[in-house]
Amino acid sequence: MIEVEGLTKRYGRTLAVDGLSFTVEPGRVTGFLGPNGAGKSTTMRMVLGLDRPSAGRVLVDGRPYAELTDPLRRVGALLEARAVHGGRSAYHHLLWLAQTNRIPVSRVGEVLEQVGLTAVKRKRVKGFSLGMNQRLGIAAALLGDPGVLLFDEPVNGLDPEGIVWLRTLLKDLAGQGRTVFVSSHLMSEMALTAEHLVVIGRGRLLADTTVERFIADNSRSFVRITTPDPARLRSVFAAEGIQVTDLEDGAEGGALAAHGVDARRASELVAAHGLVVHEIGLRQASLEEAFVRMTAAAVEFREGM
Amino acid sequence: MTVFFSVVRAEWTKARTVRSTWWSLAVATVLCVGIAVLLGLQMADSYDRMVGSSAQLAFYPLLIGQIALVVFGVLLVSTEYTTGTIRASLAAVPRRGVFLAAKALTAAGIAGVLAVVVSFGAFLATQWGLGEHGTTLAEPGVLRAVLGACAYLTMMCVFVMGVATVLRSTALSLGIMIPVLFLNSQGLASLPAIRPVTQYLPDQAGAVMMHIGEPGRTILGHSDFGPGGAFLIMVAWVAAALAGAYVSVRRRDA
Repeated sequence: MIEVEGLTKRYGRTLAVDGLSFTVEPGRVTGFLGPNGAGKSTTMRMVLGLDRPSAGRVLVDGRPYAELTDPLRRVGALLEARAVHGGRSAYHHLLWLAQTNRIPVSRVGEVLEQVGLTAVKRKRVKGFSLGMNQRLGIAAALLGDPGVLLFDEPVNGLDPEGIVWLRTLLKDLAGQGRTVFVSSHLMSEMALTAEHLVVIGRGRLLADTTVERFIADNSRSFVRITTPDPARLRSVFAAEGIQVTDLEDGAEGGALAAHGVDARRASELVAAHGLVVHEIGLRQASLEEAFVRMTAAAVEFREGM
Repeated sequence: MTVFFSVVRAEWTKARTVRSTWWSLAVATVLCVGIAVLLGLQMADSYDRMVGSSAQLAFYPLLIGQIALVVFGVLLVSTEYTTGTIRASLAAVPRRGVFLAAKALTAAGIAGVLAVVVSFGAFLATQWGLGEHGTTLAEPGVLRAVLGACAYLTMMCVFVMGVATVLRSTALSLGIMIPVLFLNSQGLASLPAIRPVTQYLPDQAGAVMMHIGEPGRTILGHSDFGPGGAFLIMVAWVAAALAGAYVSVRRRDA
Protein backbone atom coordinates (compact mmCIF):
# COMPACT_ATOMS: atom_id res chain seq x y z
CA MET A 1 0.00 0.00 0.00
CA ILE A 2 1.18 3.51 -0.82
CA GLU A 3 -0.19 6.44 1.16
CA VAL A 4 0.42 9.91 -0.20
CA GLU A 5 -0.44 12.67 2.25
CA GLY A 6 -0.46 16.36 1.33
CA LEU A 7 2.52 15.84 -0.95
CA THR A 8 3.95 19.06 -2.38
CA LYS A 9 7.05 19.72 -4.46
CA ARG A 10 8.19 23.20 -5.33
CA TYR A 11 10.98 23.98 -7.81
CA GLY A 12 11.72 27.65 -7.34
CA ARG A 13 8.43 29.37 -8.09
CA THR A 14 6.87 26.41 -9.86
CA LEU A 15 4.64 24.01 -7.99
CA ALA A 16 5.25 20.64 -9.63
CA VAL A 17 3.13 18.74 -7.13
CA ASP A 18 0.50 20.60 -5.16
CA GLY A 19 -0.97 19.07 -2.03
CA LEU A 20 -1.58 15.57 -3.43
CA SER A 21 -3.31 13.02 -1.22
CA PHE A 22 -4.38 9.56 -2.29
CA THR A 23 -3.92 5.91 -1.39
CA VAL A 24 -2.87 3.12 -3.72
CA GLU A 25 -4.48 -0.11 -2.55
CA PRO A 26 -3.09 -3.61 -3.02
CA GLY A 27 -4.73 -6.19 -5.24
CA ARG A 28 -5.54 -4.00 -8.19
CA VAL A 29 -3.78 -2.00 -10.89
CA THR A 30 -4.00 1.70 -10.13
CA GLY A 31 -3.41 3.98 -13.10
CA PHE A 32 -1.66 7.28 -12.45
CA LEU A 33 -2.88 9.50 -15.21
CA GLY A 34 -2.03 13.00 -16.26
CA PRO A 35 -0.66 14.92 -19.23
CA ASN A 36 3.09 15.27 -19.65
CA GLY A 37 4.43 17.62 -17.00
CA ALA A 38 1.53 17.00 -14.61
CA GLY A 39 3.89 15.86 -11.85
CA LYS A 40 3.60 12.07 -12.18
CA SER A 41 7.32 11.33 -12.31
CA THR A 42 8.07 13.82 -9.54
CA THR A 43 5.48 12.11 -7.35
CA MET A 44 6.97 8.69 -8.07
CA ARG A 45 10.47 9.92 -7.26
CA MET A 46 9.17 11.24 -3.94
CA VAL A 47 7.58 7.85 -3.18
CA LEU A 48 11.07 6.35 -3.53
CA GLY A 49 12.69 9.04 -1.44
CA LEU A 50 14.76 10.27 -4.38
CA ASP A 51 13.32 13.78 -4.32
CA ARG A 52 12.60 15.52 -1.03
CA PRO A 53 9.02 16.74 -0.69
CA SER A 54 8.60 20.45 0.04
CA ALA A 55 5.69 19.41 2.24
CA GLY A 56 3.69 16.29 3.03
CA ARG A 57 4.89 12.71 3.09
CA VAL A 58 4.61 9.30 1.49
CA LEU A 59 4.33 6.02 3.37
CA VAL A 60 5.00 2.66 1.80
CA ASP A 61 3.52 -0.19 3.84
CA GLY A 62 3.12 2.33 6.64
CA ARG A 63 6.71 3.59 6.70
CA PRO A 64 8.73 6.24 4.88
CA TYR A 65 10.76 4.64 2.08
CA ALA A 66 14.11 5.60 3.62
CA GLU A 67 13.30 3.54 6.72
CA LEU A 68 12.73 0.29 4.84
CA THR A 69 15.45 -2.33 5.25
CA ASP A 70 16.28 -4.00 1.94
CA PRO A 71 13.72 -1.76 0.16
CA LEU A 72 13.96 -3.65 -3.14
CA ARG A 73 12.36 -6.63 -1.45
CA ARG A 74 9.32 -4.47 -0.66
CA VAL A 75 9.17 -1.93 -3.47
CA GLY A 76 10.16 -2.38 -7.10
CA ALA A 77 10.24 0.58 -9.43
CA LEU A 78 10.75 1.34 -13.09
CA LEU A 79 11.55 5.03 -13.50
CA GLU A 80 13.36 6.17 -16.62
CA ALA A 81 14.34 3.11 -18.63
CA ARG A 82 17.46 4.82 -19.97
CA ALA A 83 18.86 5.39 -16.49
CA VAL A 84 21.36 2.53 -16.72
CA HIS A 85 25.12 2.72 -17.28
CA GLY A 86 25.48 1.87 -20.98
CA GLY A 87 28.83 0.18 -20.45
CA ARG A 88 27.45 -2.47 -18.11
CA SER A 89 25.74 -5.66 -19.22
CA ALA A 90 22.10 -6.34 -18.33
CA TYR A 91 23.26 -9.22 -16.10
CA HIS A 92 25.76 -7.10 -14.19
CA HIS A 93 23.26 -4.27 -13.78
CA LEU A 94 20.84 -6.65 -12.07
CA LEU A 95 23.65 -8.38 -10.18
CA TRP A 96 24.78 -5.26 -8.31
CA LEU A 97 21.17 -4.33 -7.61
CA ALA A 98 20.56 -7.78 -6.13
CA GLN A 99 23.71 -7.55 -4.00
CA THR A 100 22.66 -4.24 -2.43
CA ASN A 101 19.55 -5.86 -0.95
CA ARG A 102 20.93 -9.38 -0.39
CA ILE A 103 18.60 -10.81 -3.00
CA PRO A 104 19.70 -14.32 -4.13
CA VAL A 105 21.70 -14.12 -7.35
CA SER A 106 19.42 -16.81 -8.82
CA ARG A 107 16.71 -14.11 -9.05
CA VAL A 108 18.78 -12.29 -11.67
CA GLY A 109 18.44 -15.18 -14.11
CA GLU A 110 14.77 -15.62 -13.25
CA VAL A 111 13.75 -12.03 -13.97
CA LEU A 112 15.85 -11.90 -17.13
CA GLU A 113 13.96 -14.98 -18.30
CA GLN A 114 10.64 -13.42 -17.28
CA VAL A 115 11.18 -10.28 -19.38
CA GLY A 116 12.74 -12.17 -22.28
CA LEU A 117 16.27 -10.78 -22.11
CA THR A 118 18.15 -14.00 -21.36
CA ALA A 119 19.69 -14.14 -24.85
CA VAL A 120 21.24 -10.68 -24.52
CA LYS A 121 22.09 -10.68 -20.82
CA ARG A 122 25.84 -10.44 -21.40
CA LYS A 123 25.49 -7.63 -23.96
CA ARG A 124 26.25 -4.09 -22.91
CA VAL A 125 23.12 -2.03 -22.37
CA LYS A 126 24.47 0.68 -24.70
CA GLY A 127 23.25 -1.35 -27.69
CA PHE A 128 19.74 -1.95 -26.34
CA SER A 129 16.63 -0.53 -27.99
CA LEU A 130 14.26 1.54 -25.88
CA GLY A 131 11.97 -1.48 -25.63
CA MET A 132 14.81 -3.70 -24.37
CA ASN A 133 15.78 -1.02 -21.85
CA GLN A 134 12.17 -0.92 -20.73
CA ARG A 135 12.21 -4.69 -20.22
CA LEU A 136 15.45 -4.44 -18.24
CA GLY A 137 13.84 -1.76 -16.06
CA ILE A 138 10.86 -4.05 -15.47
CA ALA A 139 13.25 -6.90 -14.59
CA ALA A 140 14.94 -4.62 -12.06
CA ALA A 141 11.57 -3.76 -10.54
CA LEU A 142 10.65 -7.45 -10.19
CA LEU A 143 14.09 -8.47 -8.85
CA GLY A 144 13.27 -8.41 -5.14
CA ASP A 145 9.83 -10.01 -5.62
CA PRO A 146 8.29 -6.92 -3.99
CA GLY A 147 4.73 -6.42 -2.82
CA VAL A 148 4.61 -2.86 -4.11
CA LEU A 149 5.44 -2.01 -7.72
CA LEU A 150 5.73 1.37 -9.43
CA PHE A 151 6.04 1.76 -13.17
CA ASP A 152 6.56 5.18 -14.75
CA GLU A 153 5.30 5.17 -18.36
CA PRO A 154 6.22 1.48 -18.88
CA VAL A 155 4.55 1.28 -22.29
CA ASN A 156 7.00 3.74 -23.87
CA GLY A 157 9.12 2.06 -26.51
CA LEU A 158 7.44 -1.33 -26.28
CA ASP A 159 6.24 -2.95 -29.48
CA PRO A 160 2.58 -4.04 -29.73
CA GLU A 161 3.46 -7.54 -28.57
CA GLY A 162 5.36 -6.07 -25.63
CA ILE A 163 2.42 -3.88 -24.70
CA VAL A 164 0.08 -6.87 -24.53
CA TRP A 165 2.69 -8.77 -22.50
CA LEU A 166 2.99 -5.84 -20.08
CA ARG A 167 -0.78 -5.52 -19.60
CA THR A 168 -0.99 -9.19 -18.69
CA LEU A 169 1.99 -8.89 -16.37
CA LEU A 170 0.53 -5.90 -14.53
CA LYS A 171 -2.81 -7.63 -14.07
CA ASP A 172 -1.10 -10.83 -12.90
CA LEU A 173 0.96 -8.91 -10.35
CA ALA A 174 -2.16 -7.21 -9.01
CA GLY A 175 -3.98 -10.56 -9.04
CA GLN A 176 -1.28 -11.93 -6.71
CA GLY A 177 -2.33 -9.26 -4.21
CA ARG A 178 0.45 -6.78 -4.93
CA THR A 179 0.09 -3.02 -5.06
CA VAL A 180 0.61 -1.96 -8.68
CA PHE A 181 0.89 1.74 -9.50
CA VAL A 182 1.37 2.59 -13.19
CA SER A 183 1.69 6.05 -14.67
CA SER A 184 0.71 6.97 -18.20
CA HIS A 185 -0.31 9.96 -20.22
CA LEU A 186 -2.50 7.71 -22.39
CA MET A 187 -6.02 7.28 -21.07
CA SER A 188 -6.79 4.53 -23.58
CA GLU A 189 -3.92 2.42 -22.27
CA MET A 190 -5.05 2.84 -18.68
CA ALA A 191 -8.63 1.93 -19.62
CA LEU A 192 -7.31 -1.46 -20.74
CA THR A 193 -5.02 -2.09 -17.81
CA ALA A 194 -6.17 -0.31 -14.69
CA GLU A 195 -9.15 -0.80 -12.43
CA HIS A 196 -8.63 2.31 -10.41
CA LEU A 197 -7.45 5.74 -11.51
CA VAL A 198 -5.64 8.60 -9.85
CA VAL A 199 -5.79 11.54 -12.25
CA ILE A 200 -3.65 14.64 -11.79
CA GLY A 201 -3.20 17.86 -13.74
CA ARG A 202 -0.67 20.56 -12.89
CA GLY A 203 0.31 18.67 -9.79
CA ARG A 204 -3.21 18.60 -8.36
CA LEU A 205 -5.53 15.69 -7.78
CA LEU A 206 -8.38 15.74 -10.31
CA ALA A 207 -9.92 12.34 -9.68
CA ASP A 208 -9.42 9.29 -7.50
CA THR A 209 -11.99 6.81 -8.74
CA THR A 210 -12.61 3.57 -10.60
CA VAL A 211 -12.06 3.49 -14.33
CA GLU A 212 -15.77 2.79 -14.96
CA ARG A 213 -16.85 5.69 -12.84
CA PHE A 214 -14.36 7.99 -14.48
CA ILE A 215 -15.67 7.14 -17.94
CA ALA A 216 -19.30 7.55 -16.91
CA ASP A 217 -18.63 10.91 -15.30
CA ASN A 218 -16.44 12.38 -17.96
CA SER A 219 -17.39 11.11 -21.37
CA ARG A 220 -19.92 13.35 -23.08
CA SER A 221 -22.23 11.87 -25.71
CA PHE A 222 -24.10 13.53 -28.58
CA VAL A 223 -26.13 12.57 -31.63
CA ARG A 224 -24.25 12.88 -34.88
CA ILE A 225 -26.42 13.85 -37.84
CA THR A 226 -25.40 14.26 -41.47
CA THR A 227 -27.82 16.16 -43.67
CA PRO A 228 -27.79 17.99 -47.04
CA ASP A 229 -29.81 20.80 -45.47
CA PRO A 230 -28.13 21.73 -42.20
CA ALA A 231 -29.77 25.15 -41.97
CA ARG A 232 -33.28 23.67 -41.82
CA LEU A 233 -32.31 20.99 -39.35
CA ARG A 234 -30.79 23.63 -37.11
CA SER A 235 -33.97 25.70 -37.08
CA VAL A 236 -36.15 22.65 -36.36
CA PHE A 237 -33.93 21.53 -33.49
CA ALA A 238 -33.54 25.08 -32.18
CA ALA A 239 -37.33 25.39 -32.00
CA GLU A 240 -37.29 22.33 -29.68
CA GLY A 241 -34.60 23.91 -27.53
CA ILE A 242 -31.91 21.45 -28.61
CA GLN A 243 -28.38 22.78 -29.01
CA VAL A 244 -26.77 21.93 -32.35
CA THR A 245 -23.12 22.48 -33.20
CA ASP A 246 -20.97 21.87 -36.29
CA LEU A 247 -18.76 18.80 -36.30
CA GLU A 248 -15.41 19.35 -37.88
CA ASP A 249 -14.76 15.80 -38.84
CA GLY A 250 -14.49 16.20 -42.61
CA ALA A 251 -17.80 14.53 -43.43
CA GLU A 252 -19.46 15.43 -46.70
CA GLY A 253 -22.46 17.65 -46.46
CA GLY A 254 -23.15 19.08 -43.06
CA ALA A 255 -22.22 16.95 -40.08
CA LEU A 256 -23.90 18.28 -36.98
CA ALA A 257 -23.90 17.34 -33.31
CA ALA A 258 -27.13 17.54 -31.36
CA HIS A 259 -26.54 17.79 -27.62
CA GLY A 260 -28.70 16.81 -24.70
CA VAL A 261 -30.90 14.54 -26.78
CA ASP A 262 -30.90 10.80 -27.43
CA ALA A 263 -30.90 9.21 -30.89
CA ARG A 264 -34.54 8.17 -30.65
CA ARG A 265 -35.84 11.66 -29.95
CA ALA A 266 -33.59 13.11 -32.65
CA SER A 267 -34.84 10.70 -35.31
CA GLU A 268 -38.48 11.28 -34.34
CA LEU A 269 -37.96 15.01 -34.84
CA VAL A 270 -36.32 14.39 -38.20
CA ALA A 271 -39.24 12.22 -39.33
CA ALA A 272 -41.90 14.60 -38.05
CA HIS A 273 -40.44 17.46 -40.11
CA GLY A 274 -39.67 15.41 -43.22
CA LEU A 275 -35.97 16.19 -43.09
CA VAL A 276 -33.50 14.28 -45.24
CA VAL A 277 -30.64 12.78 -43.29
CA HIS A 278 -27.82 10.51 -44.44
CA GLU A 279 -26.78 9.36 -41.04
CA ILE A 280 -27.98 9.61 -37.52
CA GLY A 281 -26.45 7.96 -34.50
CA LEU A 282 -25.18 8.25 -30.97
CA ARG A 283 -21.51 9.12 -30.49
CA GLN A 284 -19.71 8.47 -27.25
CA ALA A 285 -16.80 10.86 -26.74
CA SER A 286 -13.65 8.79 -26.43
CA LEU A 287 -11.85 8.34 -23.15
CA GLU A 288 -8.96 10.30 -24.51
CA GLU A 289 -11.30 13.24 -25.14
CA ALA A 290 -12.77 12.90 -21.66
CA PHE A 291 -9.29 12.95 -20.19
CA VAL A 292 -8.16 15.90 -22.28
CA ARG A 293 -11.29 17.81 -21.36
CA MET A 294 -10.82 17.13 -17.69
CA THR A 295 -7.16 18.09 -17.58
CA ALA A 296 -7.75 21.12 -19.80
CA ALA A 297 -10.38 22.30 -17.34
CA ALA A 298 -7.82 22.00 -14.59
CA VAL A 299 -5.38 24.09 -16.57
CA GLU A 300 -7.96 26.81 -17.21
CA PHE A 301 -8.95 26.78 -13.59
CA ARG A 302 -5.37 27.31 -12.53
CA GLU A 303 -4.78 30.08 -15.04
CA GLY A 304 -7.95 31.82 -14.02
CA MET A 305 -6.80 32.07 -10.42
CA MET B 1 27.32 -4.65 9.33
CA THR B 2 26.24 -7.36 6.94
CA VAL B 3 23.96 -4.78 5.34
CA PHE B 4 26.88 -2.42 4.90
CA PHE B 5 29.18 -5.04 3.41
CA SER B 6 26.51 -6.21 0.98
CA VAL B 7 26.43 -2.62 -0.30
CA VAL B 8 30.24 -2.53 -0.50
CA ARG B 9 30.08 -5.76 -2.49
CA ALA B 10 27.56 -4.21 -4.87
CA GLU B 11 29.77 -1.14 -5.29
CA TRP B 12 32.70 -3.39 -6.14
CA THR B 13 30.52 -5.15 -8.72
CA LYS B 14 29.58 -1.76 -10.17
CA ALA B 15 33.22 -0.70 -10.39
CA ARG B 16 34.53 -3.90 -11.94
CA THR B 17 31.78 -4.26 -14.55
CA VAL B 18 32.55 -1.12 -16.54
CA ARG B 19 35.54 -0.84 -18.84
CA SER B 20 36.47 2.70 -17.77
CA THR B 21 37.67 1.30 -14.43
CA TRP B 22 40.13 -1.07 -16.04
CA TRP B 23 41.22 1.50 -18.60
CA SER B 24 41.97 4.19 -16.06
CA LEU B 25 43.76 1.78 -13.73
CA ALA B 26 45.81 0.36 -16.61
CA VAL B 27 46.75 3.84 -17.79
CA ALA B 28 47.77 4.82 -14.25
CA THR B 29 50.02 1.75 -13.99
CA VAL B 30 51.58 2.24 -17.42
CA LEU B 31 52.19 5.95 -16.80
CA CYS B 32 53.71 5.48 -13.36
CA VAL B 33 55.91 2.46 -14.07
CA GLY B 34 56.62 3.35 -17.71
CA ILE B 35 57.75 6.88 -16.97
CA ALA B 36 59.77 5.56 -14.03
CA VAL B 37 61.73 3.22 -16.31
CA LEU B 38 62.38 5.97 -18.89
CA LEU B 39 63.29 8.49 -16.21
CA GLY B 40 65.71 6.02 -14.58
CA LEU B 41 67.38 5.17 -17.88
CA GLN B 42 67.60 8.83 -18.86
CA MET B 43 69.11 9.91 -15.56
CA ALA B 44 71.57 7.03 -15.52
CA ASP B 45 73.23 8.67 -18.55
CA SER B 46 73.46 12.13 -16.98
CA TYR B 47 73.72 11.14 -13.35
CA ASP B 48 76.41 13.73 -12.56
CA ARG B 49 74.08 16.62 -13.37
CA MET B 50 71.00 15.17 -11.63
CA VAL B 51 69.40 17.28 -8.90
CA GLY B 52 68.11 15.29 -5.91
CA SER B 53 68.69 11.69 -4.91
CA SER B 54 68.21 8.43 -6.75
CA ALA B 55 65.44 7.50 -4.34
CA GLN B 56 63.59 10.78 -4.76
CA LEU B 57 63.57 10.46 -8.55
CA ALA B 58 61.14 7.53 -8.29
CA PHE B 59 58.28 9.78 -7.14
CA TYR B 60 58.04 12.14 -10.12
CA PRO B 61 56.27 9.55 -12.31
CA LEU B 62 53.54 9.29 -9.67
CA LEU B 63 52.74 12.98 -10.07
CA ILE B 64 51.87 12.30 -13.72
CA GLY B 65 50.27 8.90 -13.23
CA GLN B 66 47.94 10.14 -10.50
CA ILE B 67 45.90 11.89 -13.18
CA ALA B 68 44.57 8.52 -14.36
CA LEU B 69 43.72 7.63 -10.78
CA VAL B 70 41.87 10.93 -10.46
CA VAL B 71 39.93 10.04 -13.62
CA PHE B 72 39.00 6.70 -12.03
CA GLY B 73 37.82 8.36 -8.81
CA VAL B 74 35.76 10.93 -10.69
CA LEU B 75 34.15 8.40 -13.06
CA LEU B 76 33.18 6.12 -10.17
CA VAL B 77 30.68 8.77 -9.06
CA SER B 78 30.08 11.07 -12.01
CA THR B 79 28.80 8.25 -14.26
CA GLU B 80 26.14 7.54 -11.62
CA TYR B 81 24.79 11.01 -12.29
CA THR B 82 25.42 11.27 -16.03
CA THR B 83 23.74 7.90 -16.72
CA GLY B 84 20.96 8.24 -14.13
CA THR B 85 22.12 5.09 -12.30
CA ILE B 86 22.14 7.18 -9.11
CA ARG B 87 18.36 6.83 -8.89
CA ALA B 88 18.60 3.05 -8.97
CA SER B 89 21.45 3.22 -6.44
CA LEU B 90 19.58 5.40 -3.97
CA ALA B 91 16.32 3.48 -4.41
CA ALA B 92 18.26 0.32 -3.52
CA VAL B 93 20.23 1.98 -0.71
CA PRO B 94 18.10 4.85 0.58
CA ARG B 95 20.39 5.59 3.52
CA ARG B 96 22.69 8.17 1.99
CA GLY B 97 25.43 7.71 4.55
CA VAL B 98 25.61 3.96 3.90
CA PHE B 99 25.67 4.54 0.15
CA LEU B 100 28.45 7.12 0.35
CA ALA B 101 30.52 5.17 2.89
CA ALA B 102 30.32 2.02 0.76
CA LYS B 103 31.34 3.99 -2.32
CA ALA B 104 34.25 5.65 -0.50
CA LEU B 105 35.45 2.34 0.95
CA THR B 106 35.31 0.71 -2.47
CA ALA B 107 37.21 3.61 -4.05
CA ALA B 108 39.79 3.48 -1.26
CA GLY B 109 40.16 -0.28 -1.61
CA ILE B 110 40.71 -0.24 -5.34
CA ALA B 111 42.89 2.87 -5.24
CA GLY B 112 44.85 1.42 -2.32
CA VAL B 113 45.76 -1.74 -4.21
CA LEU B 114 46.69 0.29 -7.27
CA ALA B 115 48.69 2.76 -5.16
CA VAL B 116 50.80 -0.05 -3.71
CA VAL B 117 51.41 -1.47 -7.18
CA VAL B 118 52.38 1.84 -8.79
CA SER B 119 54.31 3.28 -5.84
CA PHE B 120 56.51 0.24 -5.33
CA GLY B 121 56.48 -0.40 -9.07
CA ALA B 122 57.68 3.10 -9.90
CA PHE B 123 60.37 2.95 -7.22
CA LEU B 124 61.76 -0.38 -8.36
CA ALA B 125 61.48 0.59 -12.05
CA THR B 126 63.37 3.83 -11.48
CA GLN B 127 66.14 2.11 -9.58
CA TRP B 128 66.35 -0.56 -12.27
CA GLY B 129 66.70 2.18 -14.88
CA LEU B 130 69.39 3.95 -12.86
CA GLY B 131 71.40 0.73 -12.79
CA GLU B 132 74.58 1.17 -10.77
CA HIS B 133 73.32 4.52 -9.43
CA GLY B 134 70.12 2.99 -8.11
CA THR B 135 69.27 2.51 -4.45
CA THR B 136 67.01 0.17 -2.47
CA LEU B 137 64.05 0.33 -0.12
CA ALA B 138 66.53 -0.28 2.72
CA GLU B 139 67.93 3.23 2.43
CA PRO B 140 66.81 5.36 5.40
CA GLY B 141 63.51 7.16 4.84
CA VAL B 142 62.78 5.46 1.52
CA LEU B 143 60.21 2.94 2.71
CA ARG B 144 58.38 5.67 4.66
CA ALA B 145 58.25 7.84 1.53
CA VAL B 146 56.96 4.98 -0.64
CA LEU B 147 54.27 4.18 1.93
CA GLY B 148 53.54 7.91 2.06
CA ALA B 149 52.98 7.78 -1.70
CA CYS B 150 50.59 4.83 -1.28
CA ALA B 151 48.60 6.72 1.36
CA TYR B 152 48.58 9.93 -0.67
CA LEU B 153 47.34 8.30 -3.90
CA THR B 154 44.62 6.41 -2.03
CA MET B 155 43.41 9.50 -0.23
CA MET B 156 43.59 11.57 -3.42
CA CYS B 157 41.22 9.11 -5.10
CA VAL B 158 38.70 9.31 -2.25
CA PHE B 159 39.06 13.09 -2.20
CA VAL B 160 38.16 13.47 -5.89
CA MET B 161 35.33 10.96 -5.45
CA GLY B 162 33.88 13.29 -2.82
CA VAL B 163 34.38 16.33 -5.04
CA ALA B 164 32.67 14.57 -7.96
CA THR B 165 29.69 13.72 -5.73
CA VAL B 166 29.22 17.42 -5.07
CA LEU B 167 29.77 18.48 -8.69
CA ARG B 168 27.85 15.53 -10.27
CA SER B 169 29.56 16.04 -13.63
CA THR B 170 32.50 14.28 -15.26
CA ALA B 171 33.57 17.31 -17.28
CA LEU B 172 33.28 19.75 -14.40
CA SER B 173 35.07 17.46 -11.93
CA LEU B 174 37.98 16.69 -14.25
CA GLY B 175 38.00 20.27 -15.49
CA ILE B 176 38.68 21.44 -11.96
CA MET B 177 40.85 18.63 -10.58
CA ILE B 178 43.30 18.22 -13.44
CA PRO B 179 44.30 21.90 -13.78
CA VAL B 180 44.63 22.11 -10.00
CA LEU B 181 46.93 19.10 -9.97
CA PHE B 182 49.00 20.16 -12.97
CA LEU B 183 49.15 23.93 -12.67
CA ASN B 184 49.68 23.76 -8.98
CA SER B 185 52.47 21.22 -8.96
CA GLN B 186 54.29 22.55 -11.95
CA GLY B 187 53.87 26.28 -11.63
CA LEU B 188 51.65 28.18 -9.28
CA ALA B 189 52.76 26.45 -6.11
CA SER B 190 56.34 27.53 -6.51
CA LEU B 191 55.50 31.24 -6.59
CA PRO B 192 56.80 32.55 -3.25
CA ALA B 193 53.96 35.02 -2.82
CA ILE B 194 51.23 32.37 -2.71
CA ARG B 195 53.33 29.49 -1.44
CA PRO B 196 52.17 29.94 2.19
CA VAL B 197 48.65 29.11 1.02
CA THR B 198 49.21 26.70 -1.88
CA GLN B 199 51.41 24.41 0.20
CA TYR B 200 48.22 23.17 1.88
CA LEU B 201 46.65 21.97 -1.37
CA PRO B 202 46.29 18.18 -1.63
CA ASP B 203 48.99 17.54 -4.22
CA GLN B 204 51.46 19.69 -2.29
CA ALA B 205 50.72 17.78 0.90
CA GLY B 206 51.26 14.63 -1.15
CA ALA B 207 54.65 15.90 -2.28
CA VAL B 208 55.66 16.33 1.36
CA MET B 209 54.51 12.79 2.14
CA MET B 210 56.74 11.48 -0.67
CA HIS B 211 59.74 13.53 0.35
CA ILE B 212 62.89 11.88 1.64
CA GLY B 213 65.35 13.81 3.75
CA GLU B 214 65.21 16.85 5.95
CA PRO B 215 61.79 18.35 6.71
CA GLY B 216 60.88 21.75 5.32
CA ARG B 217 61.65 20.77 1.76
CA THR B 218 59.61 18.65 -0.63
CA ILE B 219 60.09 17.29 -4.08
CA LEU B 220 58.20 20.37 -5.31
CA GLY B 221 59.52 23.15 -3.07
CA HIS B 222 59.66 24.08 0.59
CA SER B 223 56.92 23.53 3.14
CA ASP B 224 56.11 24.53 6.70
CA PHE B 225 55.21 20.99 7.76
CA GLY B 226 56.68 17.50 7.63
CA PRO B 227 55.24 14.19 6.37
CA GLY B 228 53.13 13.67 9.48
CA GLY B 229 51.55 17.10 9.13
CA ALA B 230 51.04 16.49 5.42
CA PHE B 231 49.22 13.26 6.20
CA LEU B 232 46.86 15.09 8.53
CA ILE B 233 46.29 17.79 5.91
CA MET B 234 45.29 15.07 3.43
CA VAL B 235 42.98 13.50 6.01
CA ALA B 236 41.35 16.91 6.42
CA TRP B 237 40.88 17.29 2.66
CA VAL B 238 39.30 13.84 2.40
CA ALA B 239 37.05 14.52 5.39
CA ALA B 240 35.96 17.86 3.93
CA ALA B 241 35.21 16.32 0.52
CA LEU B 242 33.23 13.46 2.05
CA ALA B 243 31.32 15.83 4.33
CA GLY B 244 30.42 17.96 1.32
CA ALA B 245 29.42 14.84 -0.58
CA TYR B 246 27.24 13.68 2.31
CA VAL B 247 25.42 16.99 2.56
CA SER B 248 24.97 17.05 -1.21
CA VAL B 249 23.63 13.51 -1.55
CA ARG B 250 21.38 13.95 1.47
CA ARG B 251 19.88 17.33 0.71
CA ARG B 252 19.71 17.48 -3.07
CA ASP B 253 17.23 15.61 -5.25
CA ALA B 254 18.75 12.67 -7.09
